[in-house]
Amino acid sequence: MCLAIPGQIVELLDGDHHYAMVDVSGVRRKINIGLLKNEGTRLGDWVLLHVGFAMSKISEEQAVEQLRLLSMLGESDEAIEEIMGYQFDEEKKT
Amino acid sequence: MKKMSIGGVIIAMKYVDEFRDPELIRRTSEEIHRLVDPDCHYRFMEVCGGHTFSIFRFGLQNLLPANIELVHGPGCPVCVLPVGRMDDGLSIARQPDVIFTAFGDVMRVPGSQGTPLELRARGTDIRMIYSPLDALKIAMDHPERQVVLFAIGFETTAPSTALTLMRARELNVPNFYVFSNHVMILPAIRTILDSPDMRIDGFIGPGHVSTVIGVHPYELVTEHYGKPVVISGFEPLDLLQSILMLVKQMKEGRAQVENQYSRVVPWEGNIPALEVMNEVFEVRPFFEWRGLGVISQSALKLRPEFARWDAEVRFQVKGVRVTDSKAAQCGEVLKGVLKPHQCKWFGKECTPEHPIGALMVSSEGACAAYYHHVHLRQAIGE
Amino acid sequence: MKTTKMRFTDAHIELAHGAGGKASRRLIEGLLVPYLMNDTLPELNDAAYIDADGRRLAITADSYVVKPLVFPGGSIGELAINGTVNDLAMGGAKPLALVTTFILEAGLSTSELEREVAAMAKAAQRAGVSVVGGDTKVVEHGKADGLFITTAGIGLTDSRVLLSAEHVRPGDQVILSGPIGDHGITVLLARGELDLEAELTSDTRPLWPFVAALIDAAAPGLRWLRDPTRGGVATALNELARDAKVAVVLDEEAIPVRPAVRGTCEILGLDPLHIANEGQFLAIVSPKYADMALEAIRGIPGGEDARRIGEIQEDPKKVVLARSRYGGTRVIDMLVGDPLPRIC
Repeated sequence: MCLAIPGQIVELLDGDHHYAMVDVSGVRRKINIGLLKNEGTRLGDWVLLHVGFAMSKISEEQAVEQLRLLSMLGESDEAIEEIMGYQFDEEKKT
Repeated sequence: MKKMSIGGVIIAMKYVDEFRDPELIRRTSEEIHRLVDPDCHYRFMEVCGGHTFSIFRFGLQNLLPANIELVHGPGCPVCVLPVGRMDDGLSIARQPDVIFTAFGDVMRVPGSQGTPLELRARGTDIRMIYSPLDALKIAMDHPERQVVLFAIGFETTAPSTALTLMRARELNVPNFYVFSNHVMILPAIRTILDSPDMRIDGFIGPGHVSTVIGVHPYELVTEHYGKPVVISGFEPLDLLQSILMLVKQMKEGRAQVENQYSRVVPWEGNIPALEVMNEVFEVRPFFEWRGLGVISQSALKLRPEFARWDAEVRFQVKGVRVTDSKAAQCGEVLKGVLKPHQCKWFGKECTPEHPIGALMVSSEGACAAYYHHVHLRQAIGE
Repeated sequence: MKTTKMRFTDAHIELAHGAGGKASRRLIEGLLVPYLMNDTLPELNDAAYIDADGRRLAITADSYVVKPLVFPGGSIGELAINGTVNDLAMGGAKPLALVTTFILEAGLSTSELEREVAAMAKAAQRAGVSVVGGDTKVVEHGKADGLFITTAGIGLTDSRVLLSAEHVRPGDQVILSGPIGDHGITVLLARGELDLEAELTSDTRPLWPFVAALIDAAAPGLRWLRDPTRGGVATALNELARDAKVAVVLDEEAIPVRPAVRGTCEILGLDPLHIANEGQFLAIVSPKYADMALEAIRGIPGGEDARRIGEIQEDPKKVVLARSRYGGTRVIDMLVGDPLPRIC
């Protein structure tokens, strides 16, 4: 039930009823983007899909930053210090 | 993002493959080993069934030091459904003209008189769907039948059911009904924490539920119970990083809510999702959970304005109560008191082919995970 | 020969019993074998062997009940020919002739039937077999999904090989001919019940050319062949592990899966290892002949993606494991039920 996967918006369909076409590894699926109507979705956005609905937009910056920090593990004490103090964006909206 | 080439076949699943990078996994695992206090025994509970699945799917326990124990919580919405509630659903399915629709996971869950698959084999019209919208479509394609959606899931899925109901109302679809079994995660976590036989040091928070409810609700755990919570993604790197963050918090004497899954989980949650849930659903005064007992304010039912589409109103559900057999220990496994292989029926009377409870058949059930991964290997001493 | 002690105790037949996984095995070993084979349990391979006057013949039969009848890359007619040709090939036998029976649903359009018969003729020609006889029956509307086809085939085994799970040894290599899941996912999407689109076609094709090349190049080292149809690679390898009493250890990242198959499986929560294939095969080859075997398969058009995906180990017996690069291991179980609609 928690199964949710990333997909990319490749076509916006019915604007009023919030349908879009999403691509997951070359497979295209019609999904509902109504739950993202406040933020708005654009072509090319990456979203998290669950039972045919887009639940959230995926932030590329957050993903890249997370991987960057992890790649610094084992590098140096300064790097460790930085990660030790890092608390992922509690106040900022994504 | 760079495409990965594996064995000559290029497979690039963005936002998935990067979080399975072997080098980063190795480093994170090493860091955990470096950071743990060798004299401590850490017990972390993952609440969400999807996390249980990932932990076993990727063999993550092998990458953790021996003194970190992962305890599997009641985060499988199919597993916590009492047998009586399943029976109620299946009695609706057997009504004339009903098309009963449910997600794949439900199809092999045993009711008192068999699983939905077995009933289907004997002629009951039960259909597997992948989205609540599929059920609505079936209703529109078959105006002469009564189509019932067996709605299951935590807050991750409830907004989708809600939106589907709003669409049904907008299109005035008269033959679509929802049998709501949506439950809420925080009441379950609270029940675990209140349980005297539980000792949990920290929680791996449910990643996808949190995209809806946000991060704030977990402050109940940190402030009232003083345990750290790290909301986690589902890839191996996500889970390892979350465990690293929990160990760090404990080392520093902190008990805070941290959002490891920040690329997807917004701090405030998904406002439109919360709004549609609020428009369609209200909280039941109490609801029975398998293994956890009756929990107040822990489940959702349709508001009176949506009574027209409420299967419990239309079909006068009896509210059968079926007590679990004393020998089957589904409840204790759900609470994390027992590991699956400690249940005396595990692997003997209870297997995925003839399950006693949903834990053995749901893809998110702890017993199924154990059976397919740990149990078979332990039996041969790997 | 082992004897079976299993008895089939389910009160009714369900779709799961035809899915090719555990339930199917229980039906076959618990009900069919005791009656039809007097309780002796021959190794249940794709084809059976009959010794006739000093020559060893392979004989096999299979039914095709796919829905929809036509899908990207093929149709029920092609499956009916290729499927039986492949069962013979997996027994190390050159396919010679087929007979075929049709169960037709009243109301089926003649043009649909003609298309399938033409497809069968073309597939037979491509596979180098003759269709030498058959039968036709018609049933009432609603009793046959349009068309059911059964084909039975006979072939001549190559005396250079004796394929059996009994000959599989620790150290032997597991070879897979190409990407998995294409057929099952193609048919699932072709049913049109899901709002999914993908560029995928069924992989149905005759496999004898690959097997012939394998026998020529690596006969002394060729132990076992299987085409992973219903139940997928997971089921085929679990049967091997069980019959040979060995462990099959796979390299997770070496298993080829097309992106569209992986994407669909991710969306639907399915495992490509459980999905049916109609044009791929698994070969167990001794270490000495493994490279030659791979080269032989890759030398045939359509075999370029063949690769080594794992090896046989002594322990844990009767278990199939998949190891990933970062050290995680998971047990690959046989398909338990029937998560997909009828697909081949």
